[in-house]
Amino acid sequence: MARRRPEPVQVVKERRDAALAALVGGVPYIRRLGVQFDRRGDELTAVLPFADRLIGNPVLPALHGGAIAAFLEISAIVELAWSGLWHEIESGRISMDDLRAGRLPKLPKTIDLTTDFLRSGLPRDAYARARVNRSGRRYASVHVEAWQDNRDRPFAQATGHFLMPLSAEETDG
Amino acid sequence: MSRPSLDQIAEAFVLALPHAKDLGMRLVALNDGHAELAMPWDEDLVGDPSSGVIHGGAVSALIDTTCGAAVMSHPENGGDTATLNLRIDYMRPARPGETLLARATCFHVTQTVAFVRADAVDGDPEHPVATASAAFTFQRRITG
Repeated sequence: MARRRPEPVQVVKERRDAALAALVGGVPYIRRLGVQFDRRGDELTAVLPFADRLIGNPVLPALHGGAIAAFLEISAIVELAWSGLWHEIESGRISMDDLRAGRLPKLPKTIDLTTDFLRSGLPRDAYARARVNRSGRRYASVHVEAWQDNRDRPFAQATGHFLMPLSAEETDG
Repeated sequence: MSRPSLDQIAEAFVLALPHAKDLGMRLVALNDGHAELAMPWDEDLVGDPSSGVIHGGAVSALIDTTCGAAVMSHPENGGDTATLNLRIDYMRPARPGETLLARATCFHVTQTVAFVRADAVDGDPEHPVATASAAFTFQRRITG
């Protein structure tokens, strides 16, 4: 049996980038905070570009704790949604047409989030990566770490629990 | 010198915190370790465009700011403060279009740590949108 030729790299990249853009672009607060996502294969890094409006303590100056907590929460939710969406995209269950029409699964809902502030946030860009520690049909637990200049010196971390959206079959049934 | 009015303190407080100002927060009450801040609903703060519900991150920012204000207003406070830990439980989605009010009480301080409890309510104050507990750095005022 002849092996199927792999798809051209541009097609694969275009589909994955479109999926990520559809996931993130629809949320006003993500845009308002200015959070962007860097994708390498299925790995996501959230980026919070520095802006004066993110300052909480103008004397130091330091990033606002609330902005940091929001950044971590966004990173966790997007990672969780992305890890589910990835399989839907790669298997073809969600097509480019679905993405263009905004037909995406709903985002998980935060049940609780515990944020540890390890150092003050410097007035420069911040990065975060989240890890899904457990993802069940209803509940998920996600850990996220944020750093600035040095990956080994996180300035904040958070653990949260999330309620997964009902799948299409569950909603229909 | 006369004591500044609550309005003056409130204005100075929010103007001093660019991120609080950016999200449209307003100081409603502040005294002796208790603070209340309001944040009007805004399209830009929405986390779920299909329902118009505010993003948890924006609620976190409001609660964190309110907790910090409660610590700063504690009678024994002698310095600046920063969040050490913040835990937020989300009870239910905030109602679209309604102003959120966060209420925080700094209920215990040591020489170095302040403990705070808070909640956030919309038009239905009996059923909070979120509750929170937090620890902040603290510098107890030197007296005597």
